[in-house]
Amino acid sequence: MSGLSFKGGIHTYEGKELTKDKKIIDLLPSQELVFPLSQHIGAPATPIVSVGDRVLRGQKIAEASGFVSANIFSSVSGTVKAIENRRNVQGNMTRSIVIENDDTYEEAPPIPVRSIAEMTKEEVIAIIKEAGIVGMGGAGFPTHVKLSPKDPAKIHYVIANCAECEPYLTSDYRRMIEEPEKLVAGLKIILCLFEHAKGILAVEDNKPDCIRVLKDLCINEPRISVKVVKTKYPQGSERQLIYATTQHAINSSMLPADAGCIVNNVDTIVAVYHAVIEGRPLMERIVTVTGDAIKYPQNYRVYTGTYYDDLIEAAGGFKAKPGKIISGGPMMGFALYDTHVPVTKSSSAVTAFLKDPVSDCTPGACINCGRCVDACPSRLLPSRLADIAEHYDEDKFVSLNGMECVECGCCSYICPAKRHLTQEIKMMRQTVLANRKKSK
Amino acid sequence: MANMSEQINVSASPHVRSKMSTSRIMFCVIISLLPASVYGIYQFGFNAALLIATCVAACVATEFLYELIIKKPKTIGDLSAVLTGLLLALNLPPDATWWMAIIGSVFAILVVKMLFGGLGQNFMNPALAGRCFLVICFAARMTSFSYDGVTSATPLAIIRDGGSVNLMDMFMGKIPGTIGEVSTVLLLAGAIFLIVTGIIDFRIPCAYLVTFVLFIGVFAGHGWDLSYIAAQLCGGGLMLGAFFMATDYVTSPITKPGRLLFGISCGLLTGLFRVFSSSAEGVSYAIIISNLLVPLMERITMPKCFGKGGEI
Repeated sequence: MSGLSFKGGIHTYEGKELTKDKKIIDLLPSQELVFPLSQHIGAPATPIVSVGDRVLRGQKIAEASGFVSANIFSSVSGTVKAIENRRNVQGNMTRSIVIENDDTYEEAPPIPVRSIAEMTKEEVIAIIKEAGIVGMGGAGFPTHVKLSPKDPAKIHYVIANCAECEPYLTSDYRRMIEEPEKLVAGLKIILCLFEHAKGILAVEDNKPDCIRVLKDLCINEPRISVKVVKTKYPQGSERQLIYATTQHAINSSMLPADAGCIVNNVDTIVAVYHAVIEGRPLMERIVTVTGDAIKYPQNYRVYTGTYYDDLIEAAGGFKAKPGKIISGGPMMGFALYDTHVPVTKSSSAVTAFLKDPVSDCTPGACINCGRCVDACPSRLLPSRLADIAEHYDEDKFVSLNGMECVECGCCSYICPAKRHLTQEIKMMRQTVLANRKKSK
Repeated sequence: MANMSEQINVSASPHVRSKMSTSRIMFCVIISLLPASVYGIYQFGFNAALLIATCVAACVATEFLYELIIKKPKTIGDLSAVLTGLLLALNLPPDATWWMAIIGSVFAILVVKMLFGGLGQNFMNPALAGRCFLVICFAARMTSFSYDGVTSATPLAIIRDGGSVNLMDMFMGKIPGTIGEVSTVLLLAGAIFLIVTGIIDFRIPCAYLVTFVLFIGVFAGHGWDLSYIAAQLCGGGLMLGAFFMATDYVTSPITKPGRLLFGISCGLLTGLFRVFSSSAEGVSYAIIISNLLVPLMERITMPKCFGKGGEI
């Protein structure tokens, strides 16, 4: 099966066989749960409970403070123990609500919903906003903002990002195998908001079973089609996926909506389904626990706020002392130095490796082989940009389109001299963005 | 809770790396040159083996000593000095002396490579620069080739003077020439290995050879005489140059269209030198002059980025 694609990209060891056939297991959290107020792009939410309050499962504990922000819900019933700074996956201390679990899982009343046919578009978006749904693929961009483009009539494609190109991750895959009807129903809800849009389920060709199941489900859905994309990293990158499925190319100064597209991840679309049909806010997600250091790799349905420790323990712990523990996959995840951090709305996996291949290699001199140029999905010259970043030449960096980098990591992966290209470029991009903010 | 006293690695993503490394690339190129090298030793005898050993040892030693003296990290493990030494030896006539090999090696590594900053910074192919230096220093010795103990003209010199050559001998390597350039068939075998494994980009040798053939066809005065063109392709180190020297990463463009331009430039210059200059061969000079044009070729073939026209 050959699929739609884009130029560049890499083929890595996929590692998906570790957890591909492991059914999703429900995992109940332990005693204490932590809910960072900032687990999305935008303003941190404002707590609406105080220490000592009893909260229920599905009760709103923090409210969006602005349009680009998101509500946060407790995933357990219990008592608010503290509202204080706690460590998050990125290693920073951020303000969080800590809840003591009383193990009764007493549920709060659901968000009031009516049948989808009776609701206006505004009401549907309001429910999605109320449910605190954000992009669950990793970025955490509030979904209600994404679904409110300037001109909804100009949206021609709603793309479900079912690529899951990140190595080792199988959470989206399991979701598609076990609950494909929810994905299709969720996509139909989003399509109701954009009457000129077609729905696209973009699946990589290494998941033929998903393709079959989804195609069967969509036989009588004239507005939805399944598009097979080539298995290649970073196929699931928003810009690359839009290009592969619609042939529209956007750059860093454009939004997907400018190309008439809206892209949502599998879990996000399922969350939309739960919110709009069942009135259930976002308080759980699928997390893959994997890597060669994990005793029993597994996929779990996890309550947000659960500690990573609990996940690792549930998977049998480590085989031996791991060399590296990553929140997310090996290409774009964050390395953890402490696993006592909570699962948030955008945590997709914990990957633990016995050996850290990065610390084993020493960066050498660039030999100008051009592998990074061939691999770069943004069509940049990563080796040159990294040189410029080392010399801190902001103007040249911008003029060579350094800001178009999507930080996918292909150049660092492919570099035979083992240079830390992505890292250099990433750092320079952050500096440029910070300076732009300052000069405003 | 993870025990904080235990050490765990933390770094920015990505957390995986491909298996390909600089030393592995160099190793593959060395492997691909071995058939031609072994044939050279078989053909030209002990002195050829001595020259190869001397060049490799001298190149590695020069790099090591230089880094020792200026207190830089040792980089001989990347095997690039070994490769430079091997390529230089393959470009020497079998009658060259060991001290010529040392002079060429020191010039290649010290002057052309290390003084410009080491691997990745040289603007010319070190092995070819070393050879050209030796040609200038020892013109007579560097251009006299013996075969079966008799000094004889190279096939290119023979056809230049209107003689005829045995094409099969040229293809198989039964001709006078430098140690590594004579066996077209073994060089091609190595080249195929490098192209199939993705070590070298076919663009450079293809553009090089096609341009060269067109140039020869139009300007050499022999028209499209196939046996003449075949002799031109097999002789004068063209195969060694096109597949193993012009494709040197450091001294060829990083962009794909740039590589096409580079190949065209090498082809044109080789044709020009062979047809119009007083010497019959011209591959070395064609490549090192093209090396100098690489920054320009890269500049005019800069890719457009994704979303600004470069996605197609």
